[in-house]
Amino acid sequence: MASILEKLGNLDRRIIFVLIALSVIIPVTLKLIFPNPVGAEPSRDMYEYVDALPEGCDVLLSFDYGPSTMPELHPMAIALATHLMRKDINVVCMALWPEGASLAQEVMTSVGDSLGKVQYEDWCNLGYKTGGGIMIVRLGSSMNAVFPTDRDNLPWDEIPMLEYISDLTSFDLIITLSAGDPGVPAWVMMAGDRFGVPVGGGCTAVSAPQYYTYLQTGQMVGLLGGLKGAADYETLVGIENGQAIEGMAPQSIAHLVIMSFIIIGNLAYFSQKRKGGRG
Amino acid sequence: MRLILPLSITFITGMIMVLHFFVPHQPIKLLGDNLQEWYMIVASAAIFLGALNLMHVHFRKIKLKLKNWKYSPVTIIGFSVMFVTGLIYGVTEARPFDFLFMNMVAPMASTMFSLLAFFVASAAFRAFRASNWRATLLLTSAFIVMLGQVPIGAMIWDKIPLAKVWLMTIPNTAGQRAVMIGAAMGVVSTSLRMIFGIERSYLGGTD
Repeated sequence: MASILEKLGNLDRRIIFVLIALSVIIPVTLKLIFPNPVGAEPSRDMYEYVDALPEGCDVLLSFDYGPSTMPELHPMAIALATHLMRKDINVVCMALWPEGASLAQEVMTSVGDSLGKVQYEDWCNLGYKTGGGIMIVRLGSSMNAVFPTDRDNLPWDEIPMLEYISDLTSFDLIITLSAGDPGVPAWVMMAGDRFGVPVGGGCTAVSAPQYYTYLQTGQMVGLLGGLKGAADYETLVGIENGQAIEGMAPQSIAHLVIMSFIIIGNLAYFSQKRKGGRG
Repeated sequence: MRLILPLSITFITGMIMVLHFFVPHQPIKLLGDNLQEWYMIVASAAIFLGALNLMHVHFRKIKLKLKNWKYSPVTIIGFSVMFVTGLIYGVTEARPFDFLFMNMVAPMASTMFSLLAFFVASAAFRAFRASNWRATLLLTSAFIVMLGQVPIGAMIWDKIPLAKVWLMTIPNTAGQRAVMIGAAMGVVSTSLRMIFGIERSYLGGTD
């Protein structure tokens, strides 16, 4: 038994890589779907806040991520855009990350077209501007000064849905989908704390623990953490076979495989320790 | 002069921005707003500087045949293709730039990020040991959060997601807040040192 554990303790990492790959490939190939119950989590708070917004109000959706974190944040963006558009809420998109502007366009076009929404009347994409937190402060005094045109170079004054938007306080909610800096902290500190605009958001699972502090103080109205947060939102909005819901089975099995390896590693460690102690 | 000028600029702009936060009235507001726009312009210029520096570094690497120089042509070609495509066709939807971005940049970047899972699994297997009670506590918390973060946790026992939320809301928040407050105080003190000319390392070390 001890020799088996010793061998397992020195497992070639290529075997670990293969098993992790299989734990993802098999559920994806078999299209395995696990039920995803949504408890009293920050994702439910986020959904309930958006759901309580009145029809025709304005929401700023900031795409503060790049392609590397698309698997986690893109499903969130699709689910949030679907919910907002189904409720006939005007969505103004922008990005603190350069790649975010293209991702915003992709999400808004696909969701908007499927729900019969018209660009510049129901949604628009202002694009990317550099500056992070400083730019957000400037948005607090004038949106037009920062974005004289939208992403496609259409002047601000020619976009009908922006007629009543002057600065950040014109929005009923700001939602940031953030993969790092600039992202959630900049929006919470600059837009939320300084200008009093409610801020909600989504982030990668690895950065979610950092933002729980903002939930407890009420600085954020809700938070979607990682693929689970996205799956929760898809479940609550009623998106069937959403990307995140489909991702829950592979993620569940991958987590179990990683935990199994940690247990095996510890058994081998204690076995070696006991052997060393006796020796 | 080489010392006085940057120190004066830092002091004046720093003080204007501090005042801008507390006094949202003219003329401070106008000055603050203008400085914020200046910041955005300078940051935009830094992007071009970064791009030029990237090219310089990689051309130099190829010229001197430095370590891993064979990867540099890939960077240069990739950068040039995206730059030229964006310049000629624009970056709007359904253009070649957008096609390249969505079908090449996005899958490649996602692939790179997904490699993390393999290394996390390998590292956890080798390093995550219950060697003492603190490590055991960390290990137990990690297992609860890992199970609570996926539906299988609720399938095993419906209280696991609740335990995860408790861990994230109470002990995690306490620790995170301590780190955040500490970091914020550090930022404030460093900023004040820079504004008042005590901290001068950002000048590059020449007096």
